[in-house]
Amino acid sequence: MNARAELPLHAPGATTDKGYIGQSVPRPNARRLLQGRGAYVDDLRFARLAHVVFFRSPYAHARLKRLDLSKAARQPGVIAAFDGRAVAEYCKPWVGVLGHLKGIKSPPQFAIAIERACCQGEAVAAVVAETRAQGEDALQHVEADWEELPVVTDMEEALAGKVVIHADLGDNVCFTRGLDTGGVDEAFAKADVIVEETYEFGRHTGVTLEGRSILADYNAAEHTLTVYHSTQAPHMMQDVFSRHLGIPEANVRVICKDVGGSFGIKVHVYPDEMATAAISVMLRRPVKFIADRLESFLTDIHAREHKARVRIACTREGEILAFDLWDLTAIGPYSVYPRTSGIEGNQVVNLTGGPYKHQQYRAQMNVVFTNKNVTCQYRAVGHPIAVALTEGIVDLAAEKLGIDPAEFRRKNLIPDSAYPYTFPSGIKFEKLSHHQSLDRLLELMSYKELREEQRALRDKSIYRGIGLAAMIEVTNPSPAFYGVGGARISAQDGATLRLEPTGMVTCIASVTEQGQGTEGAMAQIAASAVGVALDKVRVITGDTGVTPYGGGTWASRGAGIGGEAVLQAGRALRSNILEVAAHILHADRAELDIVGGEVVNRLTLESRLPLVELGRVAYFRPDTLPLKFQSELTVTRHYTPREYGFTFTNGIQACLVEVDVETGFVKLLKHWCVEDCGTIINPMLVDEQIRGGVVQGIGAALYEECLYSAEGQLLNGSLADYLVPMSAEMPDIIVAHIETPPRQSDLGAKGAGEAGTAGAPGAVMNAINDALRPFKARVAAQPFTPQRVLQALGKV
Amino acid sequence: MDDTLPTTLIVNGERVTRNVAARQHLSDFLRDELGLTGSHTACEHGVCGACTVRVDGAIVRGCLMLAVQANGRKVDTIEGLSDSGEIADLQEAFHRRNALQCGFCTPGMLMAAQDLLTSQPEATREEVREHLSGNLCRCTGYQAIVDAVEDVLGSRRRGRK
Amino acid sequence: MKAPSFSYARPGSLSGVFELLERHGDRARVLAGGQSLLASLNLRLSAPELLVDIACVPGLTGITVAGDKVRIGALTTHRQIERSPEVARHLPLLAQAVRNVACAAIRNVGTFGGSIALADPAAEYPACAVALDATFVLAGRAAERRVRAREFFRGLYETALRPGELLIAGEFPVSGDGYRSVFLELARRRGDYAMVGIAAHARTAGGRISDARLAFLAVSGTPVLAVRAAAALEGRPPDARTVAAAQAALGDELEAPADLYASRATKLHLARVLLGRALGALAR
Repeated sequence: MNARAELPLHAPGATTDKGYIGQSVPRPNARRLLQGRGAYVDDLRFARLAHVVFFRSPYAHARLKRLDLSKAARQPGVIAAFDGRAVAEYCKPWVGVLGHLKGIKSPPQFAIAIERACCQGEAVAAVVAETRAQGEDALQHVEADWEELPVVTDMEEALAGKVVIHADLGDNVCFTRGLDTGGVDEAFAKADVIVEETYEFGRHTGVTLEGRSILADYNAAEHTLTVYHSTQAPHMMQDVFSRHLGIPEANVRVICKDVGGSFGIKVHVYPDEMATAAISVMLRRPVKFIADRLESFLTDIHAREHKARVRIACTREGEILAFDLWDLTAIGPYSVYPRTSGIEGNQVVNLTGGPYKHQQYRAQMNVVFTNKNVTCQYRAVGHPIAVALTEGIVDLAAEKLGIDPAEFRRKNLIPDSAYPYTFPSGIKFEKLSHHQSLDRLLELMSYKELREEQRALRDKSIYRGIGLAAMIEVTNPSPAFYGVGGARISAQDGATLRLEPTGMVTCIASVTEQGQGTEGAMAQIAASAVGVALDKVRVITGDTGVTPYGGGTWASRGAGIGGEAVLQAGRALRSNILEVAAHILHADRAELDIVGGEVVNRLTLESRLPLVELGRVAYFRPDTLPLKFQSELTVTRHYTPREYGFTFTNGIQACLVEVDVETGFVKLLKHWCVEDCGTIINPMLVDEQIRGGVVQGIGAALYEECLYSAEGQLLNGSLADYLVPMSAEMPDIIVAHIETPPRQSDLGAKGAGEAGTAGAPGAVMNAINDALRPFKARVAAQPFTPQRVLQALGKV
Repeated sequence: MDDTLPTTLIVNGERVTRNVAARQHLSDFLRDELGLTGSHTACEHGVCGACTVRVDGAIVRGCLMLAVQANGRKVDTIEGLSDSGEIADLQEAFHRRNALQCGFCTPGMLMAAQDLLTSQPEATREEVREHLSGNLCRCTGYQAIVDAVEDVLGSRRRGRK
Repeated sequence: MKAPSFSYARPGSLSGVFELLERHGDRARVLAGGQSLLASLNLRLSAPELLVDIACVPGLTGITVAGDKVRIGALTTHRQIERSPEVARHLPLLAQAVRNVACAAIRNVGTFGGSIALADPAAEYPACAVALDATFVLAGRAAERRVRAREFFRGLYETALRPGELLIAGEFPVSGDGYRSVFLELARRRGDYAMVGIAAHARTAGGRISDARLAFLAVSGTPVLAVRAAAALEGRPPDARTVAAAQAALGDELEAPADLYASRATKLHLARVLLGRALGALAR
């Protein structure tokens, strides 16, 4: 029995040789980036390249009474100028709704708005020029007369609906969802302790360092469109370009080279990017659009503007009986295509209370339109909100009951032996490890000693706080996420593996690389599955003309779904190679194995045939092989998770802060995260995903907010005013893992990319509130700025 | 039309002369005129540090210096530092520690790190964090970068002894 | 965003600068280090016709000590100030302040004169210059004149510079015997412009504070010298009551307009906290 080739890697009792899986090897593709020799869209050079810039609405809501582009069109270097109607001839509008989000509604959205702008920054004209600078010069000569319309920026006013943004839709409610297990009122009636709090979450955004970037190159002779795109989902975009530009799908090729950060920002359909593609068709030449930083702040999707009231009922002994949630979120004037802007709120409903074993749960959630920029899925979609309000209210209950917060969690976390488990919101957990994770965390951070230190320091007027946040996380989504709702977004992914004549292995995967290390992880799996050294594997991703069809990289799916496809393809290739070897060596296939790029005797490991020799024979001298035998040294395999809607992961974070109670400044001293992403392919890459994610979560907790005036003007749309975490203020982050692989796949990998962002804000909030406890003060509105801390303390 | 000025620079040791529009900043000049696309522009208002290059040996924001201001001066970019081997140990440490993800900040980050390594060879971990605070990395959370720089501080110190 | 089109000149002498400034009037802007100017041009916040780069004008760089004055040339960079033994010895307030200026890459290029002439209300040098009672040397085509820092900053980004004039240096009195300096600021992130800051300079003898100059930054359109707070301290030890009286006095003299992240109340509160801390540090 060949353990390595056939068993799931996580089979019980198996002495499986995992090869590179589980090893912290550096990723090969990092070398070009370290020398500045990557290829981001803006690095590509094209003859006759035109640059498009957009004339954007200065108002949050206004009717365009008159638009005159003639003067702009006459400026030096200008090639063309277009309004919304002209572009609409080439690009059909879209509506961001999905069938499984019952009742969700949104108005049609055009690549360039026609007649009316519904948020500041919405493009109403495009100017194409020989250089970006000339295009911007010409924008100064666009003449527009506007009639300002009533503006709705406050969520609760939007819900009340005195002013309706889209009259055709009847009200400002995009989507609403209620959930009730029954028994909630009874649970509250019999509770010994009830706690309630209202949490607010600032709208923030992803700030990918590379702005959104697209270069569309239409070839009129072939009626083909090649799009170089900084995107997470090349096949989804291929489909979208095809359908909306009316070009056969086979004629659209999306190529995704290096991507300078994505975090969910680059998985949506943006009007200006669609317009760029349309204009390439219109002008029959390559056209490029790179969102500059100001455009990024105005038009990259925002996320997380929520106000949520949560109540829980507990017994005197500290058992949580029920959760009751009311959540309101505002998404701007359109539900974003094609994933919709209903998902974030939906996830808050799904996930609130998720780590705990109560059986009663009620939620009411409303998603409303406002005249601010659109919001949609950004890293950890809905999780940071669900985790913060769950963990905030749990801490409050523990405090009221006089129970240590770690102990309170231990009482209420779903037992590790309870799986499979269905949570009251309907989501199913295959296997989680909350208690193991909690134990590991408390040990890792020396919880008891920290508590003692905290007490001792308080006597010296030093106010430290320790905050915990348990979490569950959606990863490896099945077709239940988007496909069932009618979205043409692939839940399956594929990998093609090819043995080259030189003994190298080429791995072509449909999942994409945006810096997480997807290509490195795929190389590790491929090398391990085939039996070659890591440096003998080349990975190709991000080209719809080349790779198998797939969803790309989002929702923490790259390793778990794409990785399983590579594993299966690698095993199949290995099997095919051994068949060739058996013929060449006149040996029994079962006696052979592949180790270190050589066919060996399986038992003695004696070298029998290097792959380079096998490749030579298979490709150049197949005449020496049996007549009826044809070698197959290229194989493709696909994988779709189907048994569960999502492969849930779990984890717990802790944060240690010191609050300066005179200034309200919060100093982050240390952060810990224990998480369970199943089989770990590369511990270093996973740790770095966690750390980067934690820091984005810290950004949300302490710094980041898109501030709007009542008139819908973004007030801090530059990197000088919108604060992102920088190195000096960030703490060291200690990461540890529990490995509970799901049985659904042989690889057993779950996602890890969003866990840090999901849990960090809740942990930071709880730490601040723990520090403020002697003052009976607490904060509940993110970001926790010095002013908000001072307000909580009653000092301002 | 743009006012252009003949401008001569020594870029990565090579003399280049171009007629340069007065308004073109150094980063755009390096990228668009010379094809040295290793330096990135990500904010163009001096905050993010992705455009950091060296002018006459000192790190500067490429987006906050006009190409014409650099007339007659020596400019070093990530491509030059890579080819000369000057930061090979630092790049190796970044690679080993996975101190980069998307790589967009990396050239600027390496420039800032090399500046620290040469100007403050005894820097503490806190000083490393401070020195790099002018360079935004949205992916890593910074810790691996700080670890990598500390590794090289140590190895260069040992190398000198 | 890309800067709008402009012309560029790099005269080699002061007279060349004046000639250009005279010819182009307010359509010309002086380019020193450019660390604020070029950012604002890239944001298309202004559209000058001409940039006059003064980098090649001789005699504008360097730090010299003459008698009881330290002269800092307009083109002296933050980095040079940071590394200057003269500044460390004679102007400890400035030496502390410069560490808060932006980051290394900007400190390498940004200049003393640029910072003063721009007069950003949250910048460090203007407050230091006011606290230390520095004088600025303003050169015009016809003559040079000297303006006290306390009269130089007129309003938000407004200074005493006249059209056609160039700030060529600052002259600081060397720190006197028995005087101590403390610079403190609160910034959300290292190198950010301050939410509130204080440049404090005072004589501390026998546990008492006298001749205190308390200049605040980021609390008004200009640096603000808190004279009432200083009066409350004069000749007293900085005990709790005295400090409280000085802190209370700030309410009358700091305008503290709200910004994106802090209300007037927050700014005033933080200014008081900083004053308390600065006095504590002075007395230590």
